[in-house]
Amino acid sequence: MQRYSIFSLARNALSHHRNWQRAWRSPAPKARYNAVIIGGGGHGLGTAHYLATEHGLTNIAVLEKGWIGGGNTGRNTMTVRSNFLREASVPFHEHSLDLYRQLSRELNFNTMTNERGMITFIQSSAVNRIAMQMANTMHIYGADYRVIGLDEVRRRIPIFEPAEDMRMPIHGAVYQPRASMVRHDAVAWGFARSADARGADIIQNCEVTGILREGGRVTGVETTRGVIHADKVGMAVAGHGSVVAGMAGIRLPIVTQPLQAWVSEPIKPVLDEIVVIRSYFGTYLMQSDKGEIVVGQGCDPYPSYAQRGTFPIIEDATTAMLEVFPSFRRLKLLRHWAGMLDMVYDGSPVISRTDLKGFYVDLAGSGGFKTTPAAARTFAHLIARDEPHPLAAAYELNRFSNGQLIPEGGVSANR
Amino acid sequence: MLLIPCPYCGERNEHEFVCGGDAERMRPPSPQDLDDAAWQDYLYNNTNAKGWVRERWWHVLGCGRWFEIERHTVAHAIRQPEGSGGSDG
Repeated sequence: MQRYSIFSLARNALSHHRNWQRAWRSPAPKARYNAVIIGGGGHGLGTAHYLATEHGLTNIAVLEKGWIGGGNTGRNTMTVRSNFLREASVPFHEHSLDLYRQLSRELNFNTMTNERGMITFIQSSAVNRIAMQMANTMHIYGADYRVIGLDEVRRRIPIFEPAEDMRMPIHGAVYQPRASMVRHDAVAWGFARSADARGADIIQNCEVTGILREGGRVTGVETTRGVIHADKVGMAVAGHGSVVAGMAGIRLPIVTQPLQAWVSEPIKPVLDEIVVIRSYFGTYLMQSDKGEIVVGQGCDPYPSYAQRGTFPIIEDATTAMLEVFPSFRRLKLLRHWAGMLDMVYDGSPVISRTDLKGFYVDLAGSGGFKTTPAAARTFAHLIARDEPHPLAAAYELNRFSNGQLIPEGGVSANR
Repeated sequence: MLLIPCPYCGERNEHEFVCGGDAERMRPPSPQDLDDAAWQDYLYNNTNAKGWVRERWWHVLGCGRWFEIERHTVAHAIRQPEGSGGSDG
């Protein structure tokens, strides 16, 4: 692997940047691997990286039906955070933030991790109650999450200027300083480059069409580029979990739903924090490094594989945004997209063995970008050793048979 | 914006409805006879099909009736299920 540094940049400048190596190879698939990962997004590529670096497993392949990072890894809002309610969730998501924080160094690839901080407005006693409960859970694990007053909100968000006749006035906020924005493409590319350098084959334009089984064991996959045999198969296909697991006859506790986001035209820096207006519709907004205001909200409330959303969500989110930031009234919408989420019944990740021996599933649970490195690392542990990583032991599918659900996520947390 | 065809009120904005999920999901007639795996499958697992699905919808901000439609989960096309003018749920 050609290391990136100020010196390599200078050296390559001398040859007008014509001699950079490709960041990863494009090999033809081999007939057999020790392990195959289905899905070349952040989770799948990260799993390959950790399989190679922490478990010495390098005869592996990542199969991606399109181009790497071009699925739902390319359709999120770059936000990573760890504010969760349950005991099992906080250490896992905190670990994700820890890994994200040093990912650029680990991968020798700039993931542009930027600890912006996240401010969630308190506009109702319900949100206040959840915020306090969340803060208490997080304090047990040493995670910084605190209630702040309007003075601090104004100091951190100078353009904060809510309408005086707001339907639900803002009384304060909860603040997570470590919530960050991370360049999503760089995460996929950095993991890909690292896994490739250690011998993993990254095979693009290779769609899995069947799961080969023999006597209750997985033996490989059928793909559009031929049959590939493998002792172990890991599935990390955001949004398509039911489709791929269905090929192995496995039913999962998930619904695929689109999560929309959109950006305005770029403007000068006005908003340093990630802002969540939870009491209306769970609207959140932030300013990207390019200057666009990125806005998103909850999922469309019905199953869909469409990779696009419908208009009512945009309308609701815009209403909420303009109540708090009336000055954004003049912004023009530039782009709009939707990523697909495998919404697990309890809103928590699934990193699990299945009834089919050697077949493992990684489902994000809700949005999967924030968990990428932690999920990838624990999923690699599960695949390599056939037993769960301590941080993800609660995330196996057996929680649906033993009743140990981990209700998380805006709506399901209140079930 | 989905326009959901309520059999009583005609096509209305999706804002007025709640999606009640898979219409083929039925409560097992005698749950006490199921083993844990089958009961768990009924409680939590979904077919989550990509393509045409038959769904229950609830016109909660309209006439309040439950009915069934078929909806394509990729194209978002909607059609009436065969032999059904909507059930009285």
